[in-house]
Amino acid sequence: MFDIFYNENFLAFIFIMLKIIGLVVPLLVIVAFLTYAERKVIASVQLRKGPNVVGPFGLLQPLADGLKLFSKETIFPTVSNKIVFLLAPMVAFSLSIAAWAVIPIADGWVISNINVGILYLFAISSLSVYGIIMAGWASNSKYAFMGALRSAAQMVSYEVSIGLVIVTVLVCVGSLNLSDIVHAQKSVWYIFPLFPMFIVFFISALAETNRAPFDLPEDESSLVGGYFTEYSSMLFAMFFLGEYAAMIMMSGMATILFLGGWLPPFDIAILNQIPGFIWFAGKTSLMLFTFLWVRATFPRFRYDQLMRIGWKVFLPFSLLWVVLTSGFLIIFDLLPSSV
Amino acid sequence: MISVFFYLFSFIAVFSAVMVITVKNPVHSVFFLILTFFNATGLFVLMGAEFLAMLLLVVYVGAVAVLFLFVIMMLNIDFSSLRAGMIKNAPVGLLIGVILLGEIIFSFIGMKYGIAGIPGNELFVQLSEVENTRALGKVIYTDYIYLFQCAGLILLVAMIGAIVLTHRRRENVKKQDAVKQTLRSKSDSIEVSKVEIGKGV
Repeated sequence: MFDIFYNENFLAFIFIMLKIIGLVVPLLVIVAFLTYAERKVIASVQLRKGPNVVGPFGLLQPLADGLKLFSKETIFPTVSNKIVFLLAPMVAFSLSIAAWAVIPIADGWVISNINVGILYLFAISSLSVYGIIMAGWASNSKYAFMGALRSAAQMVSYEVSIGLVIVTVLVCVGSLNLSDIVHAQKSVWYIFPLFPMFIVFFISALAETNRAPFDLPEDESSLVGGYFTEYSSMLFAMFFLGEYAAMIMMSGMATILFLGGWLPPFDIAILNQIPGFIWFAGKTSLMLFTFLWVRATFPRFRYDQLMRIGWKVFLPFSLLWVVLTSGFLIIFDLLPSSV
Repeated sequence: MISVFFYLFSFIAVFSAVMVITVKNPVHSVFFLILTFFNATGLFVLMGAEFLAMLLLVVYVGAVAVLFLFVIMMLNIDFSSLRAGMIKNAPVGLLIGVILLGEIIFSFIGMKYGIAGIPGNELFVQLSEVENTRALGKVIYTDYIYLFQCAGLILLVAMIGAIVLTHRRRENVKKQDAVKQTLRSKSDSIEVSKVEIGKGV
């Protein structure tokens, strides 16, 4: 009767579950403290103090905020589509967590080391538009709907340039596996030879995660709250957590594609002593800081200007770089040997 | 274990495919269509075709279905008129369904007699040796380059056609030229002049 517990599959299942918990729980804590970091960074830029009342240096502020959101009432608009309304934040939240299944935090520290890891990340980030579009439609409110439409067009547009940036990196690596991408940067991080593509990727990541200066889907000056106008309580919190988890995911992706993942900057003994996940966390935090820095510095774009950059500047530019990079690799016979 | 997932994915895929044509609200239909795509992705992964699975997710779920949703949400659809055409259109739909089913059955019968006669059968051989992304990449840009380019050109023509049909030239549209705007400098846009009292500029 208890045979199933001694089954190898069952043990493997338990092991995978433990790994998932070991990843998701720290991730959620980091998301909570990222909101704190954001408020502190923006406060410093604006010469304010930021949250400093709850706990030492205001460190317990995110917990207090979470508690507050828990205790609030969940409100369903009367003519909303209840099921879709409820599903939307769940989709948004679970997708941004699901992406972490393939991200290697250190050498071999990955839940699922799949062959098409980068495509999986790309697919998940392109799916995250559904959470927003479902929310906007189900709310049955014009502001939410406008926000959803903006977001759909924006995310589909910027995926194109992200896709081409990924292609450029893949041409240099010769593999879709994320661990292979990091290993290929042992001699030089791709940020140096592919610097313009890094910039394109970073700006597209801002647009893809709906962050300032491209936060038009939640543009409070023209759309009240954008797609989550009608959301309250934990449903709102799930959107919020999802957005920040997506930000961390995009930063992690930039770290893997351009900043050498868990590799130290120089291949010397002292730096190699430091465990890989610390390098990964450090680089990701640097990227996250840039996200916050940009938010505190730049005014919001106008919608037509956003579309113009995506289609008329980034698309031709990244396409040109794909051609240039592959041409360079072919002329100098540098194409990865495994192809 | 794999068979459990196979039945799970195929059951949900078939169920949601039926829901696509039976639910009343067209937006719900699209959501079920997305669910169908999603489960088809799962089936692809179980077959070991991970590249096709991800492509299905990126292209169909991530882009095509979003545009479907986009259009259907924006259209002001009259539900009752949509229902009325059901009986009239059912035979056509049934006919297409039968043709598709027949084709699938034929291809399975063909598979049973071996793959020697099928053009491109080297792909099957390669799939057992290397990962399928690499196998596809090896043939699609070499043996099938003309077909591949041809497919791309068809899409391009379709796109140009759509633009030509919907484009109309409007008069008196104020357009912003971003390059001109950023190249403006203080010297060619501001002039400081002494205005004499009582004369104006």
